Amino acid sequence: MKEPSAGEREGLAPRKKKQREGPAPRMKPIALAALCASLALGSAGEPLVVASKDFNESYILGEILAQLLESDGFEVERRFGLGGTLICYEALRTGEIDVYAEYTGTLSKAILQRDDQPDIAALNALLADEGLVLLPAFGFNNTYALAMPRTPARERGIVNISDLGRHPELRIVVSHEFLEREDGWPGLSRRYGFDRDIGGIEHGLAYQALVDGTIDLTDAYSTDGELVRYDLTVLADDRDFFPRYLAAPLVRADLPERAKDRLRAVADTLDDAGMQALNASVLFDDADFAGAAVSYLEGIGIEGDDSGSGLWRQLGRNTLRHLELTVMALVPATLVGIGLGILVFRIAWLARAVVYATGLLQTIPSIALLAFMIPLFGIGVTPAIVALFLYSLLPIVRNTVTALTTIDPVLQRVSLAMGLSRVERLRHVFVPLAVPSILAGIRTAAVISIGTATLAAFIGAGGLGDPIVTGLALNDHGLILQGALPAALLAIITEFALEGLERLLSPRHLRAASA
Amino acid sequence: MNAGVRFSRVGKRFGEHWVFRDLSLSLPGGGTTAIVGESGCGKTTLLQLVNGVLRPTEGRVEVFGEDVPQDGIETFRRRIGYAVQGAGLFPHMTVRQNVTLLARLERWESVAIEARFDELLEEMGLDAGLAGQYPLQLSGGQQQRVGLCRALMLRPQMLLLDEPFSAVDPITRESLYEQFLHAREHENVDTLLVTHDMSEAVRLAGHLVILGPGGVRQSGATEQVLASPEDDYVARLLATRLDATRSDPS
Repeated sequence: MKEPSAGEREGLAPRKKKQREGPAPRMKPIALAALCASLALGSAGEPLVVASKDFNESYILGEILAQLLESDGFEVERRFGLGGTLICYEALRTGEIDVYAEYTGTLSKAILQRDDQPDIAALNALLADEGLVLLPAFGFNNTYALAMPRTPARERGIVNISDLGRHPELRIVVSHEFLEREDGWPGLSRRYGFDRDIGGIEHGLAYQALVDGTIDLTDAYSTDGELVRYDLTVLADDRDFFPRYLAAPLVRADLPERAKDRLRAVADTLDDAGMQALNASVLFDDADFAGAAVSYLEGIGIEGDDSGSGLWRQLGRNTLRHLELTVMALVPATLVGIGLGILVFRIAWLARAVVYATGLLQTIPSIALLAFMIPLFGIGVTPAIVALFLYSLLPIVRNTVTALTTIDPVLQRVSLAMGLSRVERLRHVFVPLAVPSILAGIRTAAVISIGTATLAAFIGAGGLGDPIVTGLALNDHGLILQGALPAALLAIITEFALEGLERLLSPRHLRAASA
Repeated sequence: MNAGVRFSRVGKRFGEHWVFRDLSLSLPGGGTTAIVGESGCGKTTLLQLVNGVLRPTEGRVEVFGEDVPQDGIETFRRRIGYAVQGAGLFPHMTVRQNVTLLARLERWESVAIEARFDELLEEMGLDAGLAGQYPLQLSGGQQQRVGLCRALMLRPQMLLLDEPFSAVDPITRESLYEQFLHAREHENVDTLLVTHDMSEAVRLAGHLVILGPGGVRQSGATEQVLASPEDDYVARLLATRLDATRSDPS
């Protein structure tokens, strides 16, 4: 959670300078038609875009920032559940989003790649070049921690990590990751002079093991909701080993001053215990992120609004964005797919190669294909459209090629023998006869696109995947359905609409024959 | 007699298989010539060498006194009407669209197109009400007639017919023969007919080319071939016609 893998970091290599241009999607001039479609669908106004990463605490902080802005009259668009630190950071830098909650330790280590621990002022000096500002921190420190049940800790008088040196009998078992990481056990035991072998355990099982008494102490994050739930105490880091991960709003410098001022209201309002409680309320008490944010805001005397900023407006916006993604991918895919099919169908090996290649694209798992797009196109709408475009190609190319190569040989011979040129044969015989099959291919592609577009939320493209991603993080079935149902409905409506269109466009002889 | 089509030592190979080699043949212009032979002896191949759909592996094919051209083959083909077994109508086009396609591509005046279309329908005994129908709505005989109309639309100098009468029932076939003979006379177009049916050949053609394994077995005026078959193969083919005639209840 704190540090991205090396691969993730490399993934962001190309850094394009880019002016802020609001929520309008960044696009390549793929097709004029697609562009028009986008303009037609583009949302009006310029809401502030608040993002979060894809774990509970980040959602809660995102919701807090969003409601804080909304309570001051700003219109806010939520882009929650972005898949990782660097995606968020890059999105902020390029202006796809305006604010998200980041941790000082993550900023200095993962993004700025520093070994020391600069404070917020020092970080701001480093961020100024990127046009970013780190506002005052919430107050809590979500860092690694060592946790043990409260009662035995009190009985043995264990308060600080250094106290562990006097208790070799304690069964210390930590997560595998903590066991290996330099900023985990190896560094810690050097700093504190511990010389003991400890065990590893799956992190998800560690809390239960503590409760059962099979182990005495494990690693945790200092704001985990589980600490409240299982009545655990966190040992103080008395030799200051763990880096500080203070959460603070990270914003674009060109944000309106009024918005920045509003966000400064969070300064020192939430301590470790407070964050633990919010996390626990979401994890164990059925609260949703918005509700958790409301209760926090009440605590600082601000009236939040957890009506989800309007279910219908949110739904409308998600649906529009979803359609936009699909249409902008489908229109160029149709043009390219049919064109490619017509170009290659006469040459059997080439046609096979093209169908094979587009088929290969389809075998790449959607989420992986979306991830591949990030180094090329950044995050947001463009990479999602490109990925959906690639996915849509196969059914269209395959159906076009198949239809064109399976035209009745007698008709092929007759059209040749009667003296039609290559273009005339295509125009008057081959393409008209292939139309029903091509339309079926487009229909398949459309339905696939609508389904796959739900995954685009992971790379910040929004759409109906947004509530699904959030719902998954929160294990909130209602929220998942808020995305899944409209997406399914959209797919069904599209299916029927295109079927109708197909009937309308299908050669009259087929209708005449069946009449 | 001017040779409408001349084959000089023509050979055609598909892969390793020679359909025929060293085939030489002069077909007279004027009237109808029937190429008769069993299935697989290369009748259709011969026909497709004439309009350049196939090219000879060796030898030379001349039509209208010139080699079948490489360039401008489309223009050349439009001087030659083409009709096949089953008609091969384009299913997505109406009768009118099928028949007038080439004329439209040739940018004829629409008045001229309409006049020619009406003339052809009448010539082939087709009801004008069929003009807007699609091929699938027509009977086999009607489709075949429409196919002939399409082949004749541009008033071609030559007509190539690849068994156009064999996919219909005997009664329909008889009326098709009548119509064809009538139209042929009216249009005055040289016709090259491929058929495996000797009685059909005798009925429609003034000149016969008997094709057998290995090439041309006999070529000459119909009466002459009937009177003096040159070998057993020709004699046997002629016999199938007699059988057919005998078993014909009429």
